[in-house]
Amino acid sequence: MGLFKNIKNIFNKSEKQLSNEEKQMREKALKYKKGMEKSRGTVMSRLKALFESYDVINDDLFDELEEIFIMADIGVNTVLEIVDQLKADVRMREIEDMETFQSIIIDKMFEIYVKDEIVNTNLNINEDGLTVLLFVGVNGVGKTTSIGKVAYKLKSEGKKVMMAAGDTFRAGAIDQLKIWAERVGCACITKPAGSDPASVMYEAIQQAKQHNIDVLLCDTAGRLQTKVNLMKELEKVYRVISREVPSAPQDTLLVIDATTGQNGMNQAKAFTDATQVTGIVLTKIDGTAKGGIVLAIRNELGLPIKFVTMGEQITDLEYFDIEQYIYGLFSDMFE
Amino acid sequence: MAFDNLSDRLQQALKKVTRRGALNEHDIETMMREVRLSLLEADVNFKVVKEFTNEVKQKALGEKVLKSLTPGQQVVKIVHEELKQIMGDVAENLTFKIQGTTVFMLAGLNGAGKTTHAGKLALYCRKKYNKKPLLVAADVYRPAAIDQLVTIGKQLNIPTFEMGTTVTPIEIVEKALSYAKENHFDLVIIDTAGRFHINEELMLELKNIKEVAKPDEILLTVDAMTGQDAVNVAKSFHDQLAVSGVVLTKLDGDTRGGAALSIRKVTGVPIKFMGLGEKLDQLEVFHPERMASRILGMGDVLSLIEKAQDAIDEEEAELMAKKFQNATFDYNDFVKQIRQIKRLGNLKGFLKLIPGLGSQLKNIDIDEDQFNYILAIINSMTEKERKNPDIINLSRKQRIAKGSGRDISEVNRMTKQFEEMRKMMKKMMNMNPKDMERMMNGMNKPGGMKPTGHTSHSKGKGKNRGRRAPWQ
Repeated sequence: MGLFKNIKNIFNKSEKQLSNEEKQMREKALKYKKGMEKSRGTVMSRLKALFESYDVINDDLFDELEEIFIMADIGVNTVLEIVDQLKADVRMREIEDMETFQSIIIDKMFEIYVKDEIVNTNLNINEDGLTVLLFVGVNGVGKTTSIGKVAYKLKSEGKKVMMAAGDTFRAGAIDQLKIWAERVGCACITKPAGSDPASVMYEAIQQAKQHNIDVLLCDTAGRLQTKVNLMKELEKVYRVISREVPSAPQDTLLVIDATTGQNGMNQAKAFTDATQVTGIVLTKIDGTAKGGIVLAIRNELGLPIKFVTMGEQITDLEYFDIEQYIYGLFSDMFE
Repeated sequence: MAFDNLSDRLQQALKKVTRRGALNEHDIETMMREVRLSLLEADVNFKVVKEFTNEVKQKALGEKVLKSLTPGQQVVKIVHEELKQIMGDVAENLTFKIQGTTVFMLAGLNGAGKTTHAGKLALYCRKKYNKKPLLVAADVYRPAAIDQLVTIGKQLNIPTFEMGTTVTPIEIVEKALSYAKENHFDLVIIDTAGRFHINEELMLELKNIKEVAKPDEILLTVDAMTGQDAVNVAKSFHDQLAVSGVVLTKLDGDTRGGAALSIRKVTGVPIKFMGLGEKLDQLEVFHPERMASRILGMGDVLSLIEKAQDAIDEEEAELMAKKFQNATFDYNDFVKQIRQIKRLGNLKGFLKLIPGLGSQLKNIDIDEDQFNYILAIINSMTEKERKNPDIINLSRKQRIAKGSGRDISEVNRMTKQFEEMRKMMKKMMNMNPKDMERMMNGMNKPGGMKPTGHTSHSKGKGKNRGRRAPWQ
């Protein structure tokens, strides 16, 4: 219940009462809230309405809760788990009032995400040498755009960054990454369209070593996880990177579009098999979709979300923060 | 996922009720719960699922299901029929102007596949309707979107009209239309930038483009992997633009594609095309039949073929063919082949995709473990044995049996099968085409490797079979 109260407190305190840390937290929360305004709108105001229309906790209420979670794409199995646990909690602790029930729901979401672990949302940056970040995912989720934004973020944190245009397949992909590299102000290693992506990675790593680059961000072509040959190509890319730089790629980031439904789980499984995914970039959360599938992925596969993106500007990227994310979803209830 | 398809789900649910004889309303209710779950897992929108199951329930309450000996199959049939009907029994055609330039406009969220499908549609219309298409690059926002369309156009040998990124999309469209007229293009396909349906400014831009272009078709491009939100997106685009059709993309993956049902049910807009790959000719007219099976997780022959194609490693296949020819096929290659078959996933599930075979398979228990046993046996061989199958004598076999924990008779059976396979290959490779044909006709039944003997061995219920279905 602690987390829920924490955030609630920050919003109840006046500006002056806040510590610096709390102020930062509040600022970030507001940003999420704004980014997710639309997502919240449809589903979560239903949650608020739900609590207003029930005075007792009964099976109908649980059924409706189930619906609301399903609507957020959280996924059947995870929703069942959440609801079962909520039912058990209510029974065990003999909870009757709505207010406590609400906070239990939120805490349950945290629990599902945190799972008694310290979730590392930071990138695994190698401080004394080259860090390689590999971006993978299905077509059209926003890999190239995310690379642009992550590169910008890392650069503004003082890192020397470089990009590798590993999508040699899709028309215009190399140019697209080049434009992002220009915007960021970093080098972008390219080979002609149709080249072996693994050879692009090899070349980029040599260049990165030569120029003392801190972080190399590798783009790959979008591919559906069912394409065996394309997944093998990706395995090769991964192999080449780990051969050329010890313990690289330090992070393999699976990019998932927030509008994705249950297929997100298959994506996470297949890409993890091929490239040992270490984290997720959840894109396009500024629409009306909630991206709830990432909670299911975290729940079933243990993959943490590292970044969320919310717009087409280069600065529209945030390190993922579960408290803020859930606040973004539930903020109706906080005010 | 324990229960991928509706058939299995219903079977499972029925196990609990069938013993009591005739079904009652409560049993139907139980089955409807399974229908509901199956649809939700396929990403059909929650509200649509509710309505749909209510309708199906009414039909299912009819005599047929209650008295049927196979109520599960009856319900599947009703659900399937209903799905097909909602998604449109007849394929809807594209609208072309009888005279003058026909205009199509693509719209949709970012990353749905508009640019690729602009190219695919152009190719399709040129092939099928003998049109002379012009592509128009009106996405001035996404970096290199114009390059992408130009490249696609070049691949197809179809001209692309573009004015860079400094001009407004409206202006581009205006100029493109007059350019098309002057140069006798009879079809203009406008690619627009991806946008959220809630972005008022950009939606206004689309409305303005529509005003100027007066398109004959406004095609909403939707990613088949979209979840619950598909309804909001489709409804919003439709309300603002009066969409005339939907192109469902990325159906070549393993998504069940419930979005198709949601969109059709909520907006009434017909789904006209499905995108089935990254190649520009991978566009097909929408098949409600295929989609219905797919949403229910029951697959179909075509996806079977696609699945097999995707699972086979081209290089390996080529190498294997060479080995056949030189008759150097050894146990290492055999392992590779088994792995390839295994990659198709659950063999029984795979075979079920073949129409008619599904029901026959019900009583046969294909023991998937057989493959593992074969692999275990081969793994217990030395590298030398694997490369030279001929040296395996009785004492070696005894050692292999011990090492793999299998019976010696199994090792015998496996090596014998392998030898027969090798002989057959040698024969085939050394035949002239005529003999080959004769032999193929003689076989005329699905050949290839089969898991050894062992049918109906109701040993262990399989990992997934006995598990509690969600929501039970």
